[in-house]
Amino acid sequence: MPIDLDLVRHIGRLSRIELTEEQVKTFSRQLGAILGHFDKLQELDTENVEPMAHAVELSNVLADDEPAESLTPDEALANAPQRDGDFFRVPKVIGDSQ
Amino acid sequence: MSGVPDLSAVELRNAIAGGDVSSVEATRAYLTSIEQAEPNIQAFNEVHADRALERAQAADDGRARGEDLGPLDGVPIAVKDNLCTTFGRTTCASKMLADFRAPYTATAVRKLEDAGAVILGKTNMDEFAMGSSTEHSAFRPTRNPWDLSRVPGGSSGGSAAAVAAREAPAALGSDTGGSIRQPAAFCGVVGFKPTYGRVSRYGLVAFGSSLDQIGPLARDVADCALLTQVISGHDPADSTSVPNDVPDYAASVHTPIEGLRVGWPKEFYTGALGPGTRQALEKAADAYRGAGAQIVEVSLPHSRIDIDDEGNLSSYAVSCYYIVCMAEASSNLARYDGVHYGHRTAAHAGDIVEMYSKTRAEGFGEEVKRRVMLGTYTLSAGYYDAYYNKALKVRRLIKNDFDAAFERCDVLLCPATPSPAFAFGEKTADPIQMYLADIYTISLNLAGLPGLSLPAGLSNEGLPIGLQLIGPALSEETVLRAGRMYELASGVTRLTPPQKTA
Repeated sequence: MPIDLDLVRHIGRLSRIELTEEQVKTFSRQLGAILGHFDKLQELDTENVEPMAHAVELSNVLADDEPAESLTPDEALANAPQRDGDFFRVPKVIGDSQ
Repeated sequence: MSGVPDLSAVELRNAIAGGDVSSVEATRAYLTSIEQAEPNIQAFNEVHADRALERAQAADDGRARGEDLGPLDGVPIAVKDNLCTTFGRTTCASKMLADFRAPYTATAVRKLEDAGAVILGKTNMDEFAMGSSTEHSAFRPTRNPWDLSRVPGGSSGGSAAAVAAREAPAALGSDTGGSIRQPAAFCGVVGFKPTYGRVSRYGLVAFGSSLDQIGPLARDVADCALLTQVISGHDPADSTSVPNDVPDYAASVHTPIEGLRVGWPKEFYTGALGPGTRQALEKAADAYRGAGAQIVEVSLPHSRIDIDDEGNLSSYAVSCYYIVCMAEASSNLARYDGVHYGHRTAAHAGDIVEMYSKTRAEGFGEEVKRRVMLGTYTLSAGYYDAYYNKALKVRRLIKNDFDAAFERCDVLLCPATPSPAFAFGEKTADPIQMYLADIYTISLNLAGLPGLSLPAGLSNEGLPIGLQLIGPALSEETVLRAGRMYELASGVTRLTPPQKTA
């Protein structure tokens, strides 16, 4: 079942992906059909089942708190779309977008 | 020496060590093979010919000085384009990373080089490893060397096709839900996904972090054993890598397992399985019986495949897998924001959120957008319990099924795919059809288990059919030995595509 067009627009905003109206329509159909498949899990009784977030249930792997070599500022900034000295440059952060 | 591209990696290593061929000659032979095959196959995003020849020369010089560089000394190998390398680009076949140059090299690639391997180049894939056909590459599709009108599978389609077309003796891929095993099956090569945590994921561009694992593709099981051995082991840079010692897979692979118990999961042998593939799997079971193994019927109820009255397939495991991997993807891909690296929109953006949204709209392909959006949705307030948390509980049920099955057998014998390679465009219109290409491979990623895909002969149309062996966690040695037993018992190994792709 297609999902509501406004819901698709809302998910697009949450995902920080600008959508064309054409895409909103396509995704409404496709995402609805995929969510329909996901609903199959509701057939199963999982009342007393512990959720499993990870396949290898290692816990609390800690590294020694010692300084180690890391990237230099130049290496870290080498792929920056826009650089300003040792900073990543971005458009203004406070704006009108939601 | 002629015929280098027909040697396995182990044979080539031995030929180099024995002085029958130099690493430079072998590397040149593969570069020639790449030049001839690429116009048709398109397996590589980038070939590093000059660097490969330099490395090969260094290997030859080292050997002349009496240095032993390791178990892959001088052997050319290809790696998937989601493995970071400080040489060349690491694109993930995405416009987002089309010009990305990684500041460090993935541990698995570094281990290959430390063992003496010569990296030939980076192979094509579905964008960010999201897909089962390599049609979701932002650059170009890779073609199946067995039939150029068909897909090579995915997402490691470039690695599988390169090995099948003799453009490399072996390659690394990554497997989140079948991305090594499914293309291996489609291209008639051997692909191995080790236990989650066996191989460090450091430098593997993240897709589904609780599922992703790096592994080899090669033309026989012995090569996969050698490569697995080289790339495995604990890595302080990946806290999810397991501390267990790495057995000598390369040495043990040739020893058959006495009294092997082969499980036959009855839920995988239903109407969803193509008749030719079913026949090939039954023959494989016979081959195991002939080798002294016992076939035991077992049950994986939560991995079963249902078919409704209209013939539509569904599966708890597929639904569970896609919820989990999309949720993880939506979080992992949040880093592509046009700030630190990768594409940034050239369009005017009034503020930073508009810049993010335009950048991601331009940089991501349709499948990536679908997955990020669905993952965002299933993790959002009000839906988290219904989808994500529910899926984590079903994941436990799927794992429990495997635990129960392995009380009665050592490995599971399963199909790798429902049918052989499909044609271009056959499944791109409907994302769900593409997702269902993974019905036999995804369960084991959820459980974190090792899985080996190997050729089980050819279909009536002359296309490779794949079988899959699944073992308990950290049973790589058993799975590889069982795979080698199948090669010996069936005689099916090192398949060669019929047409010269030149």
